[in-house]
Amino acid sequence: MKIQVLGSGCPTCKNLYEITQKAVGEMKLDAQVEYITGNEGIQKIVELGVVSSPVLAVDGKPAMVGFTPDIEKIKEAIKKNI
Amino acid sequence: MDIFSPIQLFSDWVSYSLLALQRKSVAGNAVNFFITDSIKILILLFVIIFIVTFIRSYLPPEKIKKVLSRRFELIGNILAALFGIITPFCTCSAVPLFIGFVESGVPLGVTFSYLISAPMVNEVAAVLLLGLFGPKIVLLYIASGVTIAVVVGFILGRMKLEHLVEDYVWKIKAGKTATETHLSVKERSSEAYTYTVDLVKKVYPYVLIGVGVGALIHGYAPENLLAKIAGKGNHFAVPVAVIIGVPLYSNAAGTIPIVKSLIEKGLPIGTALSFMMAVTALSFPEMIILRKVLKLRLLAIYIAVLTLGIIFTGYLFNIVL
Repeated sequence: MKIQVLGSGCPTCKNLYEITQKAVGEMKLDAQVEYITGNEGIQKIVELGVVSSPVLAVDGKPAMVGFTPDIEKIKEAIKKNI
Repeated sequence: MDIFSPIQLFSDWVSYSLLALQRKSVAGNAVNFFITDSIKILILLFVIIFIVTFIRSYLPPEKIKKVLSRRFELIGNILAALFGIITPFCTCSAVPLFIGFVESGVPLGVTFSYLISAPMVNEVAAVLLLGLFGPKIVLLYIASGVTIAVVVGFILGRMKLEHLVEDYVWKIKAGKTATETHLSVKERSSEAYTYTVDLVKKVYPYVLIGVGVGALIHGYAPENLLAKIAGKGNHFAVPVAVIIGVPLYSNAAGTIPIVKSLIEKGLPIGTALSFMMAVTALSFPEMIILRKVLKLRLLAIYIAVLTLGIIFTGYLFNIVL
């Protein structure tokens, strides 16, 4: 399973990455969380057909768009898309 | 009866009974002003942001993109500006939004209309204007923000500036929108609630600072302080107000309460409006981020036309009101 946080280089995106890492740790999933940012992140976001940032992607599909500080919501988004 | 009168009663009780300040004294006035406004804004922030966020969950930017990609101009500009009202704007989304829009065939001018309206007409600014100035000024602010977004976007679209967009933008292939979320009303409300609490937490400290400074000005600054320096007689006041507004980005929450007190001290409404628009619509971080997709010349044209639009609106309201 591949979990990615795609961002455009803003602090909010980094924040989502950190919370996602924590969520994945707490869920005891065998997955690495990858953080893609800058131009590459933007390109990935657009390729997914999304126009907001950050994006939480599970196996290359957008699981959640936009930021939330709620770790439970992030866990739920990952679970739904496994 | 004013629905906020219980707050006024509470605030009177705290200032004049609990703190035993003199009615009509300078300190009493300032404290009373601070308590009333900060409670009023807190309530309005919760209610209005929750409602806007809930409605917005039905209109994600991906859907808006689909509507706007039919290549209509003018109607597209108007729709884009109206959608911009309910869109929150985070500078981190500016670039993917721009590329995604342009890629899927949204005309450049229509994209600009959206990019102007989304940050300028934002819900936090609207709440503060409603709480501090009342419905008339909010409508005035929203109407002029939307008009500027439509006109500026339309003009930029007519100028045929596509060649001034960074070349790589046209090469990125946007995928089909993969997110089709079917959320229940309960899920949407719960999401709106989380968002609202988070936003209020982030914004409220600035509101308190702004209302605090505003209360000091209200209580202590002499009447007509600004009438002479920045009154209608001074024709440079509008552009100067716009220039001061640019670096104050993201602090609309802190700025608007201060502006309210400045209006009481003689700052004309038009000058105040263009100042607030400069605070929300023109910002350094956004310009730096937009430089990633716009060549320098287009960025300069965009800023120039938008600035002129805001200054023009300021003069217009100074003359009309």
